[in-house]
This record gives sequence, C-alpha cells and structure tokens, in this order.
Amino acid sequence: MPEFTINGEKRDVDVPSDMPLLWMLRDVLGMTGTKFGCGIAQCGACTVHLDGVAVRSCQLPVGRVGNRAITTIEGIGNTSAGAKIQKAWIDLEVIQCGYCQPGQIMSAAALLAGNPAPDDADIDAAMAGNLCRCGTYVRIREGIKHAARS
Amino acid sequence: MPPAPEAAAGLSRRSILSGGGAFAAGLLIAIELPWAAARAATASAPEPVPTGQRFNAFIHIAPDDRVTFTLPAVEMGQGVYTSQSQCIAEELDVALDKVVAAHAPPDQANYGSPVFVVQATGGSTTTMAWSAPLRRAGATARALLVAAAAARLRVDPASLSTENGVITHGPSGRSLRYGEVADAASRLKPPTEVALKDPGRFRLIGKPVHRIDTPDKAIGKTVYGIDVILPGMKFATLRSSPVLGGKVGNVDQAPALAVPGVKQVIVLDDLVAVVADNTWSAMQGLNALAIDWAPGANAGLDQATLWSDLEKASQGPGAVAKKEGDALAKLKDGTLFEASYELPYLAHAPMEMTNCTVHVQGGACEVWTGTQVPGFAQAGAAKALGITPDKVTINNHLIGGGFGRRLEVDGVIKAVRIAAKVDGPLKVIWSREEDIRQQLYRPLYHERLKARLENGRITAWHHRVTGGSVLAHWLPPAFKDGVDSDAVDGAAEVPYAVGDRLVEFVRHESAVPVAFWRGVGPNGSIFAIECFMDLIARKTGVDPLAFRRGLLEKNARALGVLNLAADKAGWGTPAPSLPSGARRGRGIALMNAFGSYLAAVADVAVSDEGDVNVTRLVIAADVGKVINPDILQAQIQGGAVFGLSAVLFGKITFAGGAVEQGNFNDYRILRIDEMPAIEVHIVPSTENSGGIGEPGTVVTQPAVANAVYAATGVQLTRMPIDRALIAKGA
Repeated sequence: MPEFTINGEKRDVDVPSDMPLLWMLRDVLGMTGTKFGCGIAQCGACTVHLDGVAVRSCQLPVGRVGNRAITTIEGIGNTSAGAKIQKAWIDLEVIQCGYCQPGQIMSAAALLAGNPAPDDADIDAAMAGNLCRCGTYVRIREGIKHAARS
Repeated sequence: MPPAPEAAAGLSRRSILSGGGAFAAGLLIAIELPWAAARAATASAPEPVPTGQRFNAFIHIAPDDRVTFTLPAVEMGQGVYTSQSQCIAEELDVALDKVVAAHAPPDQANYGSPVFVVQATGGSTTTMAWSAPLRRAGATARALLVAAAAARLRVDPASLSTENGVITHGPSGRSLRYGEVADAASRLKPPTEVALKDPGRFRLIGKPVHRIDTPDKAIGKTVYGIDVILPGMKFATLRSSPVLGGKVGNVDQAPALAVPGVKQVIVLDDLVAVVADNTWSAMQGLNALAIDWAPGANAGLDQATLWSDLEKASQGPGAVAKKEGDALAKLKDGTLFEASYELPYLAHAPMEMTNCTVHVQGGACEVWTGTQVPGFAQAGAAKALGITPDKVTINNHLIGGGFGRRLEVDGVIKAVRIAAKVDGPLKVIWSREEDIRQQLYRPLYHERLKARLENGRITAWHHRVTGGSVLAHWLPPAFKDGVDSDAVDGAAEVPYAVGDRLVEFVRHESAVPVAFWRGVGPNGSIFAIECFMDLIARKTGVDPLAFRRGLLEKNARALGVLNLAADKAGWGTPAPSLPSGARRGRGIALMNAFGSYLAAVADVAVSDEGDVNVTRLVIAADVGKVINPDILQAQIQGGAVFGLSAVLFGKITFAGGAVEQGNFNDYRILRIDEMPAIEVHIVPSTENSGGIGEPGTVVTQPAVANAVYAATGVQLTRMPIDRALIAKGA
C-alpha cells in the first residue's frame, strides 16, 4: 500500500495511482480544507505543497507524489511562513467567503518561504493562479506584505 | 472512515430550535416583530402563519454561559455572521468571542425576511432588515437577565449593570453570570418596551471588530456544504442535457460501471448521474459514458437570435413602472438623445460550485447544503419527493460564495431526485463545467434610453428596460402589473433631475432561465443611465462630472459622493498611461440603489489591440449608519472586483441551444495581476443603513465603460467590452 507523508504524518492509503491528490485528501482521508474549484488547474483552490513547492492537487495523480512531503492547509500553520500568512490573513481580515483561501494561503506561504520580501511583481507572479470570486485581492496583496514585515 | 463533523453539528442546530437536547435549560428569547401585521397583509407564503406565532428566536444562553445566536441571514462571505452578532451582542452585553453563531433553519414565521417576506438572504438587505430586530432581541434578553438577577439578589433592577456576560450590583459588589440566571430569566414575561443603547455607548456597533468566521476559515477548518462527510456516504456527479430543456435518449451504463469505485448509474429524464465511492471515480464514470441526448425544442437557439429577439421586444410597448408628466410628448421634438445598452447573460461562478448532500429514507429526507433560501430548499426537496415539508430537514452551512446562485434551489432538487434512487447518504457535486452551463443566469437586458436636453438640463426622460423577469419565478406575487420591480430598480428612481419621465418594463422571456446576480437590476439600469449621461455630456462638449453636478442640485448625498470620488481621483488631471496602453481615459459613475449612494472614478489604459487595463479605481460611498466599517470596506473592494470581471470579461452565450463557456479558462474572472489599485472613501453618515454587498459591483462597471469611452472616443453599447471594437483604427 502506498505511503504518504501528510503534514508530517505517515499515512498508508490504498487508492488508484491516477486519482488526483485532491480527491485522496478530500474523499478518502476526509481532509476537506483543500478545495475543489475547477478541476483543470485554473483556479488554485486545491493548492497544496510538495516539499514546500505549491502544486495544484486537482491535476496531480497520487502516483506522481513519490516520497515528497505533502503539506495542506491543515498543516501549513506549523511552518514559519504559513503561520505568518495565516496571522496576516486574520489581522487584515483578508477572507470573505473563504472557499478559495486555503489555496491562496498555500500559494502565499510558498511565496514567502522562498522570498522573504516579495514586491508587487513577485506577488502577481506567485498569486495569479489563484482566483477569488469575492474579490479579496487588495487584501491578499496587503496580507502578504504584512506577513513579510512580521 | 473519515470523521463526520456535520452529523453532530446538524444535531445541535436542530436541538436549539426544538428547545430540546443539549439546550433544554436556559434562555431562549422570543420577540414579536413589528412588521408582523404588514407581512400578513402582503404575505405570499405558501403556508399562512397562524396568528400569535409570529415570534423570532435568536438567542440562547446556556447555564454554562455559552451564548448561541441563531442568525436569520446566511453567511456567504459578506460578513453578516459578524454584523448580525454585533447587533445582538451590543445590546446583550456579551463579547463576540463568547458567541457561537448558527444559521437559522427553515422557519418562515420566525426568520422570514422583513424585506422579502420569505426567508432569504440577498439584495444587500441584511443590515437594513435585521439590525433593529436583532438589537431589540439583545436588549430584551438583557432586560430579562437583569430582572432575574434583581429578584435573586433582592435589589432594584436599576441598580444593576451588565458587562461581558456578567450582572453586577455596584453598591454591594455582588455579581451573577448570565448563565446562572438564564433559566430563571427565560421563565419571565418579556417586557413590551425595551430601551436600546444610546449610540454613544456602543462598543461593537460601528466598530471594525474582527469577523467571527475568519479564524476557522484561515486554517481550513470551516465546513462548507461541499465538505460534509457522513458515515456510509457515497459520492455522485451529474450531467444534464447540454441543450436547454433536452432529455436523455439512450445511455449504455456499462462503461461507467466498469470504472473502479463506481456503484450505480442513475438515469433520469433530464440528467445522468454516476454514484461512486469517491468523487473522482464518479467523474471518471460519467466521462466514460456516451450519452445520446434528445435535444428538443431549443436545439436551434443561438446568441444572435437571443439578442435580436430582445431588441424586437424592446420596441415596446412596456408596462409603466414610473410616470411623471408627459415625457413622450416632450420627446417628439427639441434636442434629443437616444441610445440602447445591452447586457449579457452572466454566470455567478462562486468558487464553491453547486453541491448538495442528501439522505432519503423512511419517507423523510435530510439535506446538507449551503443555501440563501432554506425554506425554498425544504419546499423544493419535499415537492421532488412528494412528501410534506415537515419531513425535510435542512442543515444549512456557510457558503463558499453566493452572489445569487444559492437563491435558487435547482441543485438541491436535482440532488434529491438522484439521492431518492440511492441507499444511504449521497453527496452530489457538480463539475465546474456543469455549474457554468446548467445554472440560471443574470438576464439578458436591453436598456433603451431617450432624453431631451434644454440649456444643459434634461427636461424629458424615457427609459425602457427589456428582459426576463427573475421575480416572476422567484417570488411570483411580487411581479405585479407587468413590472419586475427588480429589473427597473435604479431606473424607476434616479438621483438626477430629468424632468418629465416615463420608465417602462417589457417582460421578454427566452428559453434561458434567469436568476438574481450580484447587483441585480441596477447592474443593467444604472449601467445604461451612467453611460447615457456620458454620451450626452460628450456629444454636447460638457465635462461628464460637470454635467452630472448640474442635475444633482437637489440631491446632497448623491452630489456628496460624486464630488468626493472626483476629488480623491484628481478629476481634471490626466489619467496615467502605461507602456502597454497609450490611450488613457478616466470615467465616472454614480449610483443610488440598495439605500446607498456610491460614486466611482476609473482610470484605464487601452492598448492598440484594444486590451483594457484598469489602473485605478476610486470609490466614495455614503451608506448611512455602519455596523462594521471594515466589512463595509471589504464589500466595496470585493464588489468592485466582481464588477470588473463582468465589464471586462463576463458573458454567457448560447450556440445550438447550449452554453458555450464551461470553466475559468473561457468564463474569465479577474486575477490579482489584473487588479487596479482600489481606494475606498466613506462619507460619515447618520442616515438609515443602506446595503453594501452589491453597490460596488454596480458602480464599477459604468465607470470603467466611461473611462474606455474617454480613452478611445468609442462608446461600447453591448457588454462586456469588445476589444475588437476599440482596437486602434477599428
């Protein structure tokens, strides 16, 4: 049975290798923080980290995860960048409906982990793949800068 | 087996309202609603409300001091979980971090909206509808708690003060917690009159307090409808006829059943669903099917015909929505201006796509979903199953974006019809493509305007709105005398002095089902009026701001936001250009709808190819008294982005009877790298609270269109912006 490391925990999960990671997380493991938004890697709601790199889990078959560590919204608060982003999101009240925000937070955390002082162009490049229908972009940008300063 | 958090949550929610279970003891406050008589007079409820039961239960205080608010308006991102709680908690004197909030179940008698009569959250009405009753509920509960404490301590109630859930007798220093007297207080007769706090003593209302739903949302803990997991649950996805109104012809189930994990294929007359152990298997199964559809009568439906049929209908006549003087006589001669503006079908496309979990068993049905209309969901499920509504339990959830989509219950009904064929609980999730192609759309609107100009003033005005009526299907009694009051909202009353006026509505239905969409009627009517103002101003060589000011001399609030937006945006200075867009322009727009006044100034840069880059948006707002200024700012910012997506990209079109778009690649939503700077300026006001969920969407669209007009000299009359028409040399 394939073994995965999810938020630091080893999990044996018996799923077909072509199942996207999103559905293993949501339907098999009951980890519903990661969201389904489009199914074609257009919206970023399903963003998780593999070894710290932001990926779209709706398009990533579990067979291609290999031995890379999976981090989801439920675990990102255990990283320095993730905790800073989550605190900034609360401090600045970034969130409205919140459905896209796990993906936004995962992309922002990956950005901040690799770039402690992102400018507007860095934010555009890292975050353009994450849609928000409520239109929280003004505060997402402020939130990333706020987290970088903290 | 995955955890089942919602099973427990649903139980506790039902227990609150039944007054049983974990909440058997404690204070359940009920107040009589002042509009009860008015509601009875205008009632359109399917079931009449018996006299004497028009009470509203919002507050529960347990002996262990837990405070639960049962909130009538549904949280879908707009912040009303928090703003409603602020209203109750302010008067009750409890801290927000002590409060547990829950959505009200279907119960029109107790939670019917003062605005809609039915139990619905929408139309930017929550603050205006519920602030006063929720404050009274909080104040009434506080008075009962104080009375109970006074009896216990044998002191004068007037000698007691309350703070943060504690009642204190100042002279003796004795105190009691709310939980200690909640049970006794709940047995007292509520006072008929209760004093509300003086605004000078507010600690929550008017303050930018933090949202109560944010912490869970930031860590992925919030359970939306789509996240519901029940023991033994199966997963399904569905496909309805691609052609509107089409039926299922032949389908060979074998390819789906061969997919690992697929349990069942369900074929109904209009849809096919695949049931599996997980969503992925269900999707694989559905994709494996070759479904023959019988397309039916709409197979020839295409967008060009939809537009031209609408235009023909707009020739009139229309039903009169407003008539003052004799506009038509005055519009026979003089200096006349005429224009028509056309608005496309739009999909809501909330990030949480349509989904619904259903368990049908033993002649009853339990539903887990997020809905703006719990009563409609209950009634829809009951009707689909041929059972009575009392056999249907609705467990409502926080919604991952509504925008009007969850004012419809088509997703609930389809899920119930499918789940009726399945043993055990079933979660039905629509694909994004299904959600874009199979919903109800913002109506196609044709807005025809005619005006007479004399000495720089408008002396006659004719506005005819043509389109499908949402109200006629959503709340039939509200569609009266041929006028859809929503479709002409923003047109029937205008902030400007326009002389004699006639405003009409022509109902023109196509095969396309229509629904409310963030900004509703004013999205069309105000877009048209504001574009028309710029047309007249520019055709007569008058500055668009100066022209508007001349029509607003008697409207101080409208003039106030217009001037504020213009000042902050530096009206009169050039808009900045970009390397990618040499042609630059600045546009202004005003709106008065939802009880609020907003003005917006947009700066755009337009490339030679016709690409529009919105570089800056300045919005001024006078929304009356504010419950939470930070949520107000967020709603204006977000509403503006929603409007930008619409004006720049938004359209649903039909070919061969089917929607041509399907996902975010061809139904575009603004991305962060396309964002303008957005500034929001609030006018302090003591006027009655207006709505704010939608105005930002409404005012942004004409501001951008007018900026494009300023930049290119071309006024686009059909939305969204068509780059081909504004390419250099076009």
